Amino acid sequence: MAYGAAFNPHAEHPTSDSHAAHPTGLRRWLFSTNHKDIGTLYLALAIVGMFIGGTFSILMRINLQSPGHHLFADGQAYNVIVTGHGLIMIFFVIMPALIGGFGNWFVPLMIGAPDMAFPRMNNLSFWFTAGGMCLLLLSTQMEGAPGANGVGAGWTLYAPFSTLGHPGPAVDFGILALHTAGAGSILGAINFITTILNMRAPGMTLHRMPLFVWSELVTAFLLLLSLPVLAGAITMLLTDRNFGTTFYDPAGGGDPILYQHLFWFFGHPEVYIMILPAFGIVSQVISTFSRKPIFGYLGMAYAMVAIAVIGFVVWAHHMFTAGLSLDAQRYFTAATMVIAVPTGVKIFSWIATMYGGSIRLAAPMLWAIGFLFLFTVGGVTGVVLANAGVDHVLHNTYYVVAHFHYVLSLGAVFGILCGWYYWFPKMTGYVIPDWMGKTHFWFAFVGSNVTFFPMHFLGLAGMPRHYFDYPDAYAHWHFIASIGSYIFAAGMIFFVFANLYAYFIRKQPAGNNPWGAGATTLEWTLPSPPPFHQYEVLPRITGADH
Amino acid sequence: MVRTARAGARTALSSLAAALLASPASAEAIGQPHPWQLGLQPQVTEIGERINSLHDALLVIITLITVFVLAMILYTLFRFHESRNPVPSRTTHNTFLEIIWTIVPVMILVGIAIPSFSLLRFKLVPPPADIVMKATGSQWLWTYDYPKDQGGGFSIVSKMLDEKERADLIAKGTSPEDAPRLLAVDNEVVLPVDKIIKVEVTSADVIHGFNLPAFGVKVNAIPGRNNEVWFKVDKEGLYYGQCTQICGDQHSEMPLAFHIVSQDRYAEWLKEAKEKYASNSVSGARVADASPIAP
Repeated sequence: MAYGAAFNPHAEHPTSDSHAAHPTGLRRWLFSTNHKDIGTLYLALAIVGMFIGGTFSILMRINLQSPGHHLFADGQAYNVIVTGHGLIMIFFVIMPALIGGFGNWFVPLMIGAPDMAFPRMNNLSFWFTAGGMCLLLLSTQMEGAPGANGVGAGWTLYAPFSTLGHPGPAVDFGILALHTAGAGSILGAINFITTILNMRAPGMTLHRMPLFVWSELVTAFLLLLSLPVLAGAITMLLTDRNFGTTFYDPAGGGDPILYQHLFWFFGHPEVYIMILPAFGIVSQVISTFSRKPIFGYLGMAYAMVAIAVIGFVVWAHHMFTAGLSLDAQRYFTAATMVIAVPTGVKIFSWIATMYGGSIRLAAPMLWAIGFLFLFTVGGVTGVVLANAGVDHVLHNTYYVVAHFHYVLSLGAVFGILCGWYYWFPKMTGYVIPDWMGKTHFWFAFVGSNVTFFPMHFLGLAGMPRHYFDYPDAYAHWHFIASIGSYIFAAGMIFFVFANLYAYFIRKQPAGNNPWGAGATTLEWTLPSPPPFHQYEVLPRITGADH
Repeated sequence: MVRTARAGARTALSSLAAALLASPASAEAIGQPHPWQLGLQPQVTEIGERINSLHDALLVIITLITVFVLAMILYTLFRFHESRNPVPSRTTHNTFLEIIWTIVPVMILVGIAIPSFSLLRFKLVPPPADIVMKATGSQWLWTYDYPKDQGGGFSIVSKMLDEKERADLIAKGTSPEDAPRLLAVDNEVVLPVDKIIKVEVTSADVIHGFNLPAFGVKVNAIPGRNNEVWFKVDKEGLYYGQCTQICGDQHSEMPLAFHIVSQDRYAEWLKEAKEKYASNSVSGARVADASPIAP
């Protein structure tokens, strides 16, 4: 066992809460202050978002399957779907799943805390996020660009296309959606930081924390420091649109590039916000199924800290074609390449964790290994794009689309699904059949590679992003990419059935720890699902084996 | 055993890389993409060639890294599967290994940075220009100004041919390949070969992307700013590009078309164009119609 034996689980009397009764029904789910219930709400929101955002991506792929105008009447309608896909997947799928969902569920369980530090604020965080999603969905029904509904400015909302180009109220709804979701995330970040710094069980020092908790701590700091910058940037966008200011309008002495700097000062840390918790999940899973503690624990923890710190000083590599000076492009090229070093440390440490282990290829492990390889592919194309000189050709082409989907769709999303299959027994109390998780994995692995690998070729050949129609020469690779997306979608439908089957029909109890001796973190000492309130007597951690 | 596996992987890899790097059927037209294309468009400027060779080198490096990581993962999964290694080791530290996998990537990155910085300097410090022109993006067309002091003094409005205009052109005998869908325009920019050309790029409304893939040139057209690119084209021909910054409904329908011709032909064209575009009126006829230019 990793942790000392002093912990005595409360499985024997899970109903001994001091509270008279557990809230039920609407009271339980609307006014929830329980970290596990709020985590479940976040996961439910993410699943809803995943199906909306996923449907958007399938619409895009159907449209792009062959050249010509098919599904969408015009380019603006397509742009609205692209924008919706990006914003939903980032703010209402990946972030709620990784931070609000798994973070809420497992940070308190893993550090031996009874709940989050601010349970009511936790509830507020969730409802801010849900409200933001409603505002974003409403924006698709408002006029944006003249004669068209919805925000079609891309998820970056660059001025002046998001101001002069979208006179209708849709962009205002989009901005308020980001403000609301952003406020929810900032409150959530404060909650996580407070919880992790103050509510660890006796003996759970920072350097004994599981890496998943480390990843959530680092992510929370990224959120806390970057989201206010986004809030400022889009507030100025809002006043430019509605109150006659000209922060981003050269006609009034403003500068569109100012918006890009502010946006990407948030936007680049945001990509690490999406990937760091996935790093954390993959670390737990690889350690569990190799039956071996993490190799180079301190290096792994501080590599995440390093990635976060460097992540704040590389933002303008998203702007290499904006006309930055030679010196600026040199600096951002160099700084960006530096990120490859801590990322490499993580990849090699994961492999070293497996090396010498006793590896069981259960479904979560398969997802973690898929993550390892595909994140490497996405990472090395990032090194190509870091070179400003090369990026001048590849910027805003499908090469970039391929790159960031390899790190997000194949990195963060594989991380989420890895966590889902790993913790499903803990959250529901039921086992999900291993073959189902593996089948889903192969659908997703094949589908996403067939979708995104050809996009490298399209990008090198010059295919620009955000196009709803393209020259005929690009038709073949686009067709293959579309086929891949259908394979991935079939896997997602299978995922739904697998979960319904496991939860409602098969109902095979999971026990405290279905994963065996490798699962050494505290949540596996509790029953599955854990009692409504856990750790009424705090566990005492006497040693960790890393 | 590890060593043999790696050596084998390297051999397989180098042949794979060679296959990927080999220029595709070279009979293909330059200046536009072709079906099943794997790499960059054939580059016709020194900037483009240098980008191409840096990209090729990077492709070899990243392929090696990816295959190395994949090989390590597969070997580890095989060798340390629970059926072959039922008792896990407890090793969690190896300072030497951790130093190595920090230092080696740093050295690779430094190796990449040296040619990368030299390319960047070459691109961004333009030599004295022979011809300076201005390109202005707007929703959804490009306007090109030829300055008076260089024999110009007129501007060209360049719009994509719509389906009907394209059909008319093809009916008149132009082959469909010479008027590619979403790329062909009514008025092409004409510029001479082997001259250093500087283009000042700006926008009249929202941000657009000035992008010529075969020249290795891309810069955003931003209202209130002049961004500058330069190129010296080695080869006559018709080169297409497309807007690369999302700009609205017809973002995919504002291509750039640069016709690079001989010095003499350029002088001739300049004379004709001065008359043709004197009133700065938007002419529906393609330059190629007014006076056919051998491609």
